[in-house]
Amino acid sequence: MLAKRIVPCLDVKDGKVVKGVNFRNLRDIGDPVEHGAFYSSAGADELVYLDITATNEKRKLLAGLVRRIAETISIPFTVGGGIIEIDDAVVLLDAGADKISVNSAALVDPGLIDRIAALYGSQFIVLAIDAKEERGVWKVYAGGGTRPTGRELFSWAREVQERGAGEILFTSMNHDGTKKGYACKTLAALSDILSIPLIASGGAGRKEHFAEVFTKGNADAALAASVFHYREIEIDELKKELHEKNIPVRL
Amino acid sequence: MNKERTVIIKYNAGNISSVYFALRRLGVEAEITGDPLSIKKAGKVIFPGVGEASSTMKYLKERGLDRLIPRLTQPVLGICLGMHLMCRTSEEGNTKCIGIFDAGVNRFVTGKVPHTGWNSITSLKGPLFETTAEKSYFYFVHSYYVPVNNSTVAVCDHDIKFAAAMQRNNFFATQFHPEKSGEAGEKVLKQFIEL
Repeated sequence: MLAKRIVPCLDVKDGKVVKGVNFRNLRDIGDPVEHGAFYSSAGADELVYLDITATNEKRKLLAGLVRRIAETISIPFTVGGGIIEIDDAVVLLDAGADKISVNSAALVDPGLIDRIAALYGSQFIVLAIDAKEERGVWKVYAGGGTRPTGRELFSWAREVQERGAGEILFTSMNHDGTKKGYACKTLAALSDILSIPLIASGGAGRKEHFAEVFTKGNADAALAASVFHYREIEIDELKKELHEKNIPVRL
Repeated sequence: MNKERTVIIKYNAGNISSVYFALRRLGVEAEITGDPLSIKKAGKVIFPGVGEASSTMKYLKERGLDRLIPRLTQPVLGICLGMHLMCRTSEEGNTKCIGIFDAGVNRFVTGKVPHTGWNSITSLKGPLFETTAEKSYFYFVHSYYVPVNNSTVAVCDHDIKFAAAMQRNNFFATQFHPEKSGEAGEKVLKQFIEL
């Protein structure tokens, strides 16, 4: 049976891991490769590295870091941030990334999804969506949650699936940084309309939140950053607890 | 033939460095090559897999690799798309493949597609899995699958049962990515390297 995935996210800035609160107030806490290796040995199912400043500063991720991660870590990892054109994807793939995550660039140029999927296959492209609920409507934001786009979450999710995205990574900006749980209701509705896997992001604070996101939110994977970084939740303990609740996990 | 030499068949597109790095973590310095002579002389051949079936078959044909691969006598390991291309035909781009395994490749029509993540495998047989426990988890990412057939040596389930691994004589293939499957994957790669 396909296991539900626990995915630590490493937000990277200037080659270092950071974790912000509501995308702001970055705190430097270490080496991305070391962090990844630690998570991998603790039982993480895959890793996501997001260069959170790349889009804003028009900077490309360092292929060297991706290569070091690929050399060291034996579980899959996704790299995102600053992927604007297909050449950016090629560099990351060549350096050893298993998947790339595209967000803002696809909002400007949705055809980018089609082009990457045609060249490398859908499995290579994770489409990240940051959205905020405003008066009952989930509005999609670009630029790390800084720019409204006029798009609506559900129609955008459908469109990116049609265009060939292999997975959707949905971050609820309302929940991100709050530690009060994932946006389960919205996730369940999204999961319902999608035939591709859905990765939930934003709001993890306690172990129960992970159980909820799988049972109530129907997510295929749960992503979190700070609870793992600050060791508030240990991945091996979390997975044991999920297993005891009959949620399929890789132990 | 140099028994110690492992080659990874070079693709037109796709991440083959992860296979190279995984072997290096096991102490094996593999050679990445598309050269038929070099492949022929290797002790072990790995035919990795990320990409699309029809364009990759075209690439192999242009280099005569579609005729070379089925004639190899040393251990050969196809991974993911590599496994698909070792079958008879694939629904992906309606592709006529190499035909080492007498099986077709179909697209998943139920469940979430791509089948992405860690899934457990059962009914393990043969040398690849000598050190692997039943129900061990491996990393999969694919939209097409090979139905369970006579050559199947491991079974996985994603709404329907399909071949997680196959073997026929010196030809081995895995649908999962051993190079991305942590310790479980390392064990399988090690078994292959030590054949």
